[in-house]
Amino acid sequence: MNRMNEPRKLDGKWNIVVLLLVVVVYGVIQLLAAKEILLPYHLQVMGLICINIMLVVSLNLINGFTGQFSLGHASFLAIGAYLSAALTVFLGMNFYLALIISGLASGFVGILIGLPALRLRGDYLAIATLGFGEIIRVVILNIPAVGGPRGFTGIPRYTTFGLTYILAVVTVLGIKNFVNSAHGRACVSIREDEIAAGSLGINIIYYKVAAFAIGAMVAGVAGALFSHYMQYISPGTNQIGFLRSIDILIMVVLGGLGSLTGSVVSAILLTLLPELLRGFAQYRMIVYSIILIVMMLFMPSGLLGGFELSFEFLENLIGKFKIRKRGVSDGTS
Amino acid sequence: MAILEVRDLHVYYGMIHALKGVSFHIKQGEIVTLIGANGAGKSTTLRAISGLTPKSQGEIVFKGKSLDKIPAHKIVELGLNQVPEGRRVFPQLSVEDNLALGAYLRKDTEEIRKDLKQVYDLFPRLWERKKQQSGSLSGGEQQMLAMGRGLMGRPELLLLDEPSMGLAPLLVREIFNVIKEINEQGTTILLVEQNANLSLDISSRAYVFETGKVALQGDARELAADPRIQEAYLGV
Repeated sequence: MNRMNEPRKLDGKWNIVVLLLVVVVYGVIQLLAAKEILLPYHLQVMGLICINIMLVVSLNLINGFTGQFSLGHASFLAIGAYLSAALTVFLGMNFYLALIISGLASGFVGILIGLPALRLRGDYLAIATLGFGEIIRVVILNIPAVGGPRGFTGIPRYTTFGLTYILAVVTVLGIKNFVNSAHGRACVSIREDEIAAGSLGINIIYYKVAAFAIGAMVAGVAGALFSHYMQYISPGTNQIGFLRSIDILIMVVLGGLGSLTGSVVSAILLTLLPELLRGFAQYRMIVYSIILIVMMLFMPSGLLGGFELSFEFLENLIGKFKIRKRGVSDGTS
Repeated sequence: MAILEVRDLHVYYGMIHALKGVSFHIKQGEIVTLIGANGAGKSTTLRAISGLTPKSQGEIVFKGKSLDKIPAHKIVELGLNQVPEGRRVFPQLSVEDNLALGAYLRKDTEEIRKDLKQVYDLFPRLWERKKQQSGSLSGGEQQMLAMGRGLMGRPELLLLDEPSMGLAPLLVREIFNVIKEINEQGTTILLVEQNANLSLDISSRAYVFETGKVALQGDARELAADPRIQEAYLGV
């Protein structure tokens, strides 16, 4: 957000650093997996973390950056999960093709829903998206071919940790670039003040729907990854219904509305938490609720609300560190 | 030639007939003021011109082109910018980012930079605070930012909705001086004001609104001397 006119001089250097970091982390994880320090269970949890990162970051684009309060994000996950599973199971379609198709289909439904729903604001929009989510869930519940209430079983396991990792990285970087572009600024200005944004010539409906569709598309892909990872998807409210939507929303709010770094951190924490608390998993929602209440009281803008781990921040940090070091060696500090 | 011509404008809010056939025009390079009591329909008129409130009847012609079927965001593209009432800066964004968003529709980077410099020249206070979150600015500074943001679109006609609202008298004076300066640099200005005294002072012409109609119109100086105006708006 902070550089509009001057191009970043250091971008090239830092892009390479990020790329290296992404590759190194992936390499280390694969190495640990090969040495059997990381068991398949660990890899699976990490895969779920990556899927959740995609869901949280995409909802943050809608809720956090564009300011449109959506409570139906899980329905896009549902569309992706069921559509891709149907394509690979019934048609024997190539998984990657199914992944792309389910993403596009979700995005398309996002546009269809967004056009009428995004004329609403605040609470009204939240209720409308909640209703839409339930419609999707009930429709799926009543299609016997995809298992109805029993759930869709026998989905081949095509998703690997590597794939979720790559797609999570692509999602985070893609949405970061979008947010920092002129389009992203238009979205943020809508969140800040719709009337003022309109008076500057920003096409409000267009950007609301665009953010909604991009978010829906990413959630659709995440859903496809999810169903081909767990090999099973059921139409329970905590799987594809409003409880799941609220799960994702909690991660967004806990991380900080409008902070991608926060989204990633909270997706990691809140995916790990129930795994660590496996013994009393049924209290998970209570723990969630308590965390949320405490958070809202003491950190109303989330763990990292507004903060973004940026190169500028790192540069400043390194700069400060260097100065302090020099100061120490000069004996002047 | 008139840059903006409004003919027989009617606006309804549900059952309420807010504007009952308002007609006026603005010539290139003028400052024209709409004055009137609360609820007389001044802001409604501005909102109808910008396409933010739908009109039920009448015609608005900008630079010889009817604005009838043109959506609000396209009207800005034509060179007609509104600084909305109550400042409405983007509170969580920095001063810099607010101004950059003002030039949202423009692609001419060089010219944008020039305009940015000009805005900072007009409002040195914004330059001092350019990295600051605009929500933390004072009311007067926010008004300056809102006007600067409007100017960043390089409009031919700038609509200012109550720029003096809620400001200390000294600041009001400063804002009006800047409005005059903006006008001298070539921007035509349509001003909506409660502060009839100062606005008539810098305007060339004015229209007095009363319950959705134009009650009086004419040369700003003559209006300021008109006993009816003095009694109703100037408190003389």
